[in-house]
Amino acid sequence: MNLLTVEGIGIRFGGLHAVRDVGFSLKAGEIVSVIGPNGAGKTTLFNIISGVYIPHSGRILLESDDVTGFDPYLLARRGMSRTFQNLQIFQAMTVLENVMTGFHLRESGPVLSDLLALPSSRRRSREAESDARVLLARVGLERAAEREASALSYGALKRLEIARALALNPKLLLLDEPAAGCNAVETEEIDHLIVDVAKEGTAILLVEHDMKMVMRISNHIVVLDHGEKIAEGDPATVSRDPRVIEAYLGTQGQDANHAHG
Amino acid sequence: MKLSAKQSTLLVLILIIALAPFFFPSAFYFRIGSVVFVNAVAVVGMVILTGYAGQISLGHAGFAGIGGYACALAPVYLGLHPALAALLGALISAVLAYLVGRPILRLKGYYLAVATLGFGILVSMVLSNETAITGGPDGIKVPDLGLRAWLVDRGLKISNSQFWYWFSGLALVIGAWLALNLHESATGRALRALHGSEIAARTVGVDVARAKLIAFVISAIYASVAGSLIALQNRMITPDIAGYMHSIEMVTMAVLGGAGSVLGAIFGATILTLLPQVLTVFQQYEQIMLGLVMMLVMIFMRDGLLPSLVARVRGRGE
Ligand SMILES: Nc1ncnc2c1ncn2[C@@H]1O[C@H](COP(=O)(O)OP(=O)(O)OP(=O)(O)O)[C@@H](O)[C@H]1O
Ligand SMILES: [Mg+2]
Repeated sequence: MNLLTVEGIGIRFGGLHAVRDVGFSLKAGEIVSVIGPNGAGKTTLFNIISGVYIPHSGRILLESDDVTGFDPYLLARRGMSRTFQNLQIFQAMTVLENVMTGFHLRESGPVLSDLLALPSSRRRSREAESDARVLLARVGLERAAEREASALSYGALKRLEIARALALNPKLLLLDEPAAGCNAVETEEIDHLIVDVAKEGTAILLVEHDMKMVMRISNHIVVLDHGEKIAEGDPATVSRDPRVIEAYLGTQGQDANHAHG
Repeated sequence: MKLSAKQSTLLVLILIIALAPFFFPSAFYFRIGSVVFVNAVAVVGMVILTGYAGQISLGHAGFAGIGGYACALAPVYLGLHPALAALLGALISAVLAYLVGRPILRLKGYYLAVATLGFGILVSMVLSNETAITGGPDGIKVPDLGLRAWLVDRGLKISNSQFWYWFSGLALVIGAWLALNLHESATGRALRALHGSEIAARTVGVDVARAKLIAFVISAIYASVAGSLIALQNRMITPDIAGYMHSIEMVTMAVLGGAGSVLGAIFGATILTLLPQVLTVFQQYEQIMLGLVMMLVMIFMRDGLLPSLVARVRGRGE
């Protein structure tokens, strides 16, 4: 059964069709990438799937439930989690606390027990803390745990967001340009991390401008241009598609710059 | 053993409360001290709402009014002991905050500011105009808490102003303890997360509407308790307690000290309570001074006085 089914999704901003009639699906453990030139509508598509925007047309199915227009926190409860292209870090919190918030669903309890610091509340916080440290180690940030998040480099913040998203133990993980701003070594680490997470059964929807990474790890690729799906298929098929070459790969030089910008 | 941030904050607070009386030039300072502590209780509530959750309220004096008038009216009309009356006031404030907060916390920024301002004004109008019950603008008498008399009966010789100094100090320590507990808990992290990025908080599963409501209700209870303490201490209460100037004073105290930190809030409450006592100009032009303080802090020390000073001392100031 499909974990995620996107059917005929469309959204307009004023006169602009940012996304128009896009559909595809995703199974557990699969890595599906969404590619396309700048402004193609990839982030907008992510925002619709994750409940940030409500689409003007189409449906989103999670397993077999229609979740179109659900608030992100309800989608989180159903096993969806994401990172952001334009970093959404909790600035005034430490790196560790940022990841601990990812455990909110599992480790939050009655407000009164939190106010009174009852043993149950403190135990929940301790568990969140040790679980968060494991995840920080997984993305290579264990030594930055106690630092203010705002003191980290861009690449480190990208990995922090991945750790926070993984804390939800998601069935479906949306990653919007996880390797942007990362050097070659960091990019390779993220590459391996994504593959590992998928092996554990999490479905991954990926937006990434690093074509080497996309071609290497994706099971399936969806290509967007001007908000419309112009092609989809496995990496080999997509990279041979003349429309894709024209719309996207023809401008790869520019996008390669973007990926490192 | 190394002290946690929570423990050291509480320790500093307890030491200040315990040691300050040794430096008091006259007994009158017990009275000032208790006013400082009561104001600080309300401001610690603002820290939870504004500092943790990032929401603004310009109407929290309304809840102080409810807490204060509960102590005046519940003993008369319901025959409740003043302490129970304060509890009832806190309950009413919590319920009202819940009902009012549900629709208005959907608003953001200045819409929320205006809506809460409206709520505060509504409460103070009711208190001024329902003369038959509330005594109107002249105020109303409040019965004695009776705790001091009880202590004196048991041989503890303590003056009225000393009693309120220690009692309000205790209330402040408890209020600070609860706020610090919250800070380090899952609920506190959810509040701070929504402050940092509402959208990211939602995607990690925080029900943002509920989280804002929690902060609003808790801070309303703080304001209500502060209002009750003012009423019980002064043995009388007027609608000024619910006035918008009092709301703005609370916000200014929180922002002045650094809205994010409990100790900063207490610092802000202390300065803005002491200044009018020390400088007569401040007394005469209190509203102008408040506005000026607010503007200067926003321009020069956006993080608040205490965090900015700490940063400067550490040589990291801008
Ligand atoms: N909230 C919004 N209001 C108006 N227009 C928007 C909004 N969000 C996105 N757009 C527009 O929709 C189009 C698609 O933007 P989107 O961010 O989805 O592109 P993208 O494929 O993610 O691009 P990039 O590779 O640069 O990240 C753009 O023209 C953008 O300006
Ligand atoms: Mg994008």
